[in-house]
Amino acid sequence: MKLTKIVSALMLAGLLSACSPDNVKDGDAAADDNAQSENKNADGAQTGGLNGDGTAGGTALSGATVSYEKSAINDANNVLAEKVIYFDFDSDQISADFQELIAHHGKYLAANPSMSVRLEGHADERGSREYNVALAHRRAQSVRRLVLFQGVNAEQVSIISYGEEKPVALGHDDEAWRLNRRVELVYEAR
Amino acid sequence: MQNLKVRKILILMVLGLFLLPAAQAALRVEITKGADGAVPIAVVPFEILGRTTNTANVSDIVATDLQRSGKFSPIEKTKLIATPKDLEEVNYKLWRIAGVDHLVIGKLKVLKPNQYEVSFRLIDVFKGAQVLGYQFAANDSSLRGISHHISDLIYEKITGQKGAFDTKIAYVTVERKQGVQPSYKLQVADTDGFNSQTVLNSTQPIMSPSWSPDGSKLAYVSFEKRKPEIYVQNLYSQQRDKVTSFAGINGAPVWSPDGKKLALTLSKKGNPDIFVLTLATKKLKQITKHWGIDTEPSWSPNGNEIVFTSSRTGKPQIYRVAASGGSPKRLTFEGRYNASPEISSDGRTLIFVQGEGNVFKIASMDLQTSYIQILTDGPLDESPSFAPNGSMIIYASTDKFKGVLAAVSTDGRFKQKLVLSEGDVREPTWGPFRK
Repeated sequence: MKLTKIVSALMLAGLLSACSPDNVKDGDAAADDNAQSENKNADGAQTGGLNGDGTAGGTALSGATVSYEKSAINDANNVLAEKVIYFDFDSDQISADFQELIAHHGKYLAANPSMSVRLEGHADERGSREYNVALAHRRAQSVRRLVLFQGVNAEQVSIISYGEEKPVALGHDDEAWRLNRRVELVYEAR
Repeated sequence: MQNLKVRKILILMVLGLFLLPAAQAALRVEITKGADGAVPIAVVPFEILGRTTNTANVSDIVATDLQRSGKFSPIEKTKLIATPKDLEEVNYKLWRIAGVDHLVIGKLKVLKPNQYEVSFRLIDVFKGAQVLGYQFAANDSSLRGISHHISDLIYEKITGQKGAFDTKIAYVTVERKQGVQPSYKLQVADTDGFNSQTVLNSTQPIMSPSWSPDGSKLAYVSFEKRKPEIYVQNLYSQQRDKVTSFAGINGAPVWSPDGKKLALTLSKKGNPDIFVLTLATKKLKQITKHWGIDTEPSWSPNGNEIVFTSSRTGKPQIYRVAASGGSPKRLTFEGRYNASPEISSDGRTLIFVQGEGNVFKIASMDLQTSYIQILTDGPLDESPSFAPNGSMIIYASTDKFKGVLAAVSTDGRFKQKLVLSEGDVREPTWGPFRK
């Protein structure tokens, strides 16, 4: 709910930033998420250059800002403050809303090659445990693919799957299960 | 910072390697479904000669074991029509009229502190004669084991099938307390949950224990280094070897029947696939190769085949493949979620988790006829594991949302729960026959 609001705000922010000449290329890439080969060519250095001045931010309506400055990752008002991607049951598909969020994280990593992220995959308690490890691994892989899409160096992104072993919600209902089907982005300075 | 943390964990781990005896009374056995047609048997409370503080009650343990098998219905102690101590005291006619087929009598003689002599006799009421009788030396630490051994002898004499009471189970427990790191423990216990010993403890998850066929080692997954790795640990020497630590998943280790290999899941090539690792040479062979999930391998009893869970058709289903590789054959077609397979020691029955909506139950399938029987009620049953004699299945269940161990007879007629007093219990796996 809250996320949808942030994302739409961000899209607006993205449009604003795309207007500045420095960010034209960035805007193009974001508009064409499916052009994988093209995006692969946009390597970390290039994308980093686009956002390196740290002025690409715009203030979103909800208050969330978009900035890929190194310190932005610790800014509670930045879009990057959202570091959890949620999934449907027995699915590793990423919904459109989260694709936007992951793109922001990808751009941040591309702009900051000294940062790395660990994608921690999780599943809800239903179903068998090792299958859930494999499922959560694939969720993390799905996120990784979208992160790399932004021209991030592969070495900046690692994966670990915990399956259902580390729930954040200890309940046994739809809401707890929803919160536990997730990939957490854990940042570290390299 | 990170280093310090790791070192702290390592210290914990090293401490955790020692076998720590746990409280004995931390457990409750609940019979949740009785069996019709179970053989009535009278286990007369054993005569205790001398004084002892040992709380192990041999005849109670035997009666509970026999009842847990689902094949016997021991008569309640208070309803026994007589309590003979010796063979000469048995009034066969009386027992025949009471409809009791078999009678167990026995004695516990306290020779000196921590030294006992246990004897028992199994009496066939209709034959009017003793059909089995043994005497054992015991001490405090062996008394429960000997009681289970007595259950095994009685069970085998009457059913013709080897008993599996005097074996071990391994399982994982986790305790979560506010403000502290969770505590994961790999434990080994008697089949009734008593005599539990902690084999490993960690603040990070421990998963998928598997017994070596000789019962001396466990393979398992530990996340102690903040990534999954497969270890093999000797339960007696406590020696521990890391066997795989590839990038990505190192999961679901299962010992081959000859004890020389581990089937396991690795994602080092990007996707979870089944591999076989030869332990002596560390040689790795890839068995499955598919873009979907392949995991949860389990060996056929002759070691020629591996069954596993795969999402290659979209949802998890169970497949069978030659242990040397090749093209897998799908085994399950009923239900949208079938996972975590294991084959019985006679090769006839497949057990697995079947999910429908939010409800997950243990099911069995006859491998010849493909007939499927649902054995449990759910809602979150998982990790089924056969007793070595194939008579029972132990699995992880829930009791008011707490993880507990449960067992069901392979025919589904008899169910019980083992409720441990602290923490969630999961992933039980039944050890082999004692050598």
